[in-house]
Amino acid sequence: MTGAPLIEVEDLRIDLDDGERRVAAAEGISFRIDRGETFGLVGESGCGKSITALALIGLLRPPLSIGAGMIRFDGREIQHLSAAAQRDLRGNRIAMIFQEPMTALNPVSPVGRQIAEMFVLHKGNSWREAHQLAVEALASVRVPAPERRVNDYPHQLSGGMRQRVMIAIALACGPDLLIADEPTTALDVTVQAEIIELMRNLCAERGTAILMISHDLGLVANVCRRVAVMYAGRIVEERGSADIFRTPSHPYTQGLVDSLPRLGSRAALGRSRLKEIAGVVPAITNFPDGCRFNPRCAHATDICRSVAPTADLLEAGGLVRCHHHA
Amino acid sequence: MKLRANLVIGGTLFALAVLVGVLAPWLAHTDPVLDANLMNAEEPPSWTWWFGTDDQGRDIYSRVVYGARVSLTVGIVSQLINSVIGVALGLSAGYWGGWWDDVVNALTNVMLAIPSLIFALAIMAVLGPGLTSLLIALGLTNWSFTCRIARASALSLRNQGYVQAATVLGYGDLRIMMTQLLPNMLGPIVVIGTLGMGSAVLSEAALSFLGLGVRPPFPSWGSMLSDARDQITTAPWLSVFPGLAIFLTVLGLNLLGDGLRDILDPHSRSRRT
Amino acid sequence: MEAVEGRKKVPMLSFLIRRLLQTIPTVLAVVLLVFVLFSVVPGSIVSSMSDDADPQVELRLKKQLGLDDPVHVRFGAYIAKLATGDFGTSFRTREPVTAMLAKRAWPTLQLIFAAMAFSVVLGVPLGFIAALRPGGLVDSAAMIVAVTGLSIAKFWLGLVIMYVFALKLGWLPSFGYGDGGLKYLLLPALTLGVSPMALFARTTRAAVLEIMTADFVRTARSKGMSETRVVKWHVMRNALVIILTTVGLQFGGLMGQAVVVEKLFSWPGIGSLLVDSVLQRDIPAVQGSILVVVLAFLAINLLVDLLYGVIDPRIRYA
Repeated sequence: MTGAPLIEVEDLRIDLDDGERRVAAAEGISFRIDRGETFGLVGESGCGKSITALALIGLLRPPLSIGAGMIRFDGREIQHLSAAAQRDLRGNRIAMIFQEPMTALNPVSPVGRQIAEMFVLHKGNSWREAHQLAVEALASVRVPAPERRVNDYPHQLSGGMRQRVMIAIALACGPDLLIADEPTTALDVTVQAEIIELMRNLCAERGTAILMISHDLGLVANVCRRVAVMYAGRIVEERGSADIFRTPSHPYTQGLVDSLPRLGSRAALGRSRLKEIAGVVPAITNFPDGCRFNPRCAHATDICRSVAPTADLLEAGGLVRCHHHA
Repeated sequence: MKLRANLVIGGTLFALAVLVGVLAPWLAHTDPVLDANLMNAEEPPSWTWWFGTDDQGRDIYSRVVYGARVSLTVGIVSQLINSVIGVALGLSAGYWGGWWDDVVNALTNVMLAIPSLIFALAIMAVLGPGLTSLLIALGLTNWSFTCRIARASALSLRNQGYVQAATVLGYGDLRIMMTQLLPNMLGPIVVIGTLGMGSAVLSEAALSFLGLGVRPPFPSWGSMLSDARDQITTAPWLSVFPGLAIFLTVLGLNLLGDGLRDILDPHSRSRRT
Repeated sequence: MEAVEGRKKVPMLSFLIRRLLQTIPTVLAVVLLVFVLFSVVPGSIVSSMSDDADPQVELRLKKQLGLDDPVHVRFGAYIAKLATGDFGTSFRTREPVTAMLAKRAWPTLQLIFAAMAFSVVLGVPLGFIAALRPGGLVDSAAMIVAVTGLSIAKFWLGLVIMYVFALKLGWLPSFGYGDGGLKYLLLPALTLGVSPMALFARTTRAAVLEIMTADFVRTARSKGMSETRVVKWHVMRNALVIILTTVGLQFGGLMGQAVVVEKLFSWPGIGSLLVDSVLQRDIPAVQGSILVVVLAFLAINLLVDLLYGVIDPRIRYA
C-alpha cells in the first residue's frame, strides 16, 4: 500500500440531538483505510458502528449529525461538501450494501431498473444502454439467466439473490470504497459464505476497498486485513486480524474472542462452555464516566471509573484504549 | 406542540358546541319556533338580530343556538350506537373466530359496499323523518371501521399471555372480552368514535337539508340551510351562520380526533378515516 | 442455485374472474337488504300513495303492483326481473325504472368523475409537496386546508360557491344541467371534489412520510440520488398503491355526497332521482337507484383491484 490512504477519519463525533439535549452517539473515531484494503468495524448493536458508516457516505439524517472531526476521502475533506458534491461521490465512488435484502430493494421496481439507475445517475448512460449494462452487472454477480432476471421484481428473488443484486448495484460504478453493513446477517449460513466470497473476489479484482461492519468478530477477521472494535461509541482496539485473535489487548475484545465458538479448542476442552461478557451495553444517554467498559470489566480500578483512557500505540502494531492493556 | 394545538382547539370548539346546546334556553333571545313575526322578516344581521332573521321573521341566532341540540344529540348518540355495534361485532368475531367471524366479515363487506349516506337515506325513507329515525339511520350505517379495528385488536390480543391466563382461570368469554380485551383497544376506538361523531353531524345536516331529517319547524342547521338556499339572492346571511356552526363543530371534532390519535394510537398507520 | 418461488404469472383474467366471484355474495346480500328494507315498511305503501282510503282502490292498486303476494314469492320475482335488467316500474311516473336510471346515469358519472379528477389532481400533489418538508410552511398550510375541507358541509360550501361565482360574479350558471357542458358542471364538481381533495392530501402526505423511512429509500439515497429523484423514482409508485386504495374507497363516499350536491344544484342525476323518490315513497325507483349505485361502487373497486396488479407486482402473484 503506497501513497495517501483512500479514506481517513479523524476524531469524528456523531451527535444525537433529541430536541432537548445533544449527546455524542460516537466520538473520537479515527481510522484509515488504504486503497484496495479490507477493514472491519466490529461491535454490539448500538455501539455506533452503523452510524459511523452512514457518516462516511453522508447519509446521517436528523436527529443524527456530524458534530466534529474530519473525513478525508482521496485527499479531500468531504464532511462539509455541498449536497450535490456529496451525491457525486455517493454510489459512484463510495457505495454501500445494507443489512436487509428484503426491504433494501424497492418492491415495485424491477431489479434491473434499480441497477440501471446507477449508470443513468453517474455515467450519463441512456436507459437503454443502462439496461444492457444492468444485465452485465447481474451476470458479474453470478445471477443465472441475467437477461431474464433483470425484469424480475425483488419478491421473485430469494434473499441471497437479492443481496447479489445489492452487490451489483453497489459495484456498478466501480467505487473505490464499498461499505458493507452486516451484509449477510439476514441470510442462511450456507448463502452467507457464498455472498462473502463473491463480495471479496469482486472487490479484489477491481481494487475496491471494503469497510465491513458486523457484530461477528469471526466473520470480519476472516474477511478483513485489519479490524477495529467499537464499544459504546468509541473505538477500543484496532489491530491486524491475526493479532486480534492471538493477543487481544482490550478486556472487551478479549471477551469477544472468548465468546467465539472455535471448532478445535472446543472439541479438545470437551464440555467447556462459551464465555459471555457479563452485564449489558450502556444506553447512549447514560454512558459511564471514565472507560465506558468499566462496569462490565473484571480488571477495572479507580482510574477506569474516572479517567477516559487514551488510544495507546501497541508495540506489535495497532491501537488500544485501556489503562491496563497488556 | 402541534399535537397540543389540535387537542386544545378541537376540545374547546367541541366543548363550546356542547355548552351552547345545553344552555340553549338561556342563550337564545327568542323562541326558535314560536317567535315568528312577519314584521321582522328578512332583517340583515344587526345589534338586535345578531345573525339576522328569516322570511318568517324568526331570529336566526336563536335558531342556530337551538340547532346545536339536534346536531349534537344526533352526532353523539348515533356514534355511540355505531361504536357499540362495531365493538360488539368486531370483538366477538375476533375472539371467537369460526363461522361467526365469517358472518361478521360478510356483514361488514356489505356495509362497506353501500355508501353510508345512501344507506341512511334508505332507512330514513322507510322510517320517515324525525329525530328517532335519524338516530337509527345514522347509528346503523357507520360501524364498519370500528368493527374492523376491534376485530383486528381482538385477533392479536387473544393469544397474549394474560388473556390465556384468564382463560385458564376459568373466566367466562364475556368477562374476558370486557375486562381483558376491551380496555386494550379503547384508544383507537375512541379516536374513530370522535371522528365518526364529526361525520354524523355532517350526515345529519345533509339529511335535514334534503328534507329527511328533523321535522320543521324545529330548527336544525341542515334544514335551515335548505330554507336559505331558496332565499340566497334576497337574504344571503341566512346561509352563513348555520353553515359556520356545522363547520366549527365538525372542525372541533376532527381536530380532537387527530389530537387523540397522536396520543392514544401512536402506531396508527393510515389516516384514512 | 437458490430456490425462486412463483415464476409463473397468474394470468390477469383468472384474477379478474376470482375477484368477480368474490363480489357476487356481496351483491346478493345488498339486493336482499334493499328488498327486505322496503318490504317491512310500517304501514302500507299504497295507502300512503293515495289520500282517499277506498279499500277497493287500494286492493286494485296492490294487485296491479304485485304487492299482495307472499314475501318470498315477491323476492323471487324481483330477482328474476333484476337478472334481465328490469328494475320494475316507478309508482310515481309509471315509467320503467331502468329507463329512468339510464337517462340519469350519464350526468352522475360526469359529476363524479369530474369531482374525482379535480380532487386527485389537486390533492395528491399537495400531499406530496407537504410531505417533502414536514412541518414547513406548505405542509402547515396544506394540512389546514385539508382539515377545513374535511369539516365543511358540502351543501354549505356549494351554497357559498354558488353565491360567489354564480350570483355575485356571474361567471357561471348557478344551477341546472343546461346542455351538460363544462360551464354547468364546474361548480357542482368543485363542491363535490373539495373533501376528497382534502382526504387525498392527507393520505398522500401520510403515505409519503411513511415510505420515506423505508429501507429502500435509504438505498436510493446511497446511490447518490437527489431527493427529487428519490421521490420520483422510488416513493411515488409505492405511495400510489396506498393512494389508489383511498381513491377506490372514496368513490363510495362521493356517490353518497353526490346526492346532496345534485339536489343543491338541481343536477338531473341518480342522486336527485333517489332523493325525489324517497320523498315521494317511490319504492321501485329507490331500490333501483340504490342498487345501481352499489353496483357501480363495486365495479369501481374491482377496477381499482386490477390497477393494483399493474402498479404493485406483488399482487399479481398472490
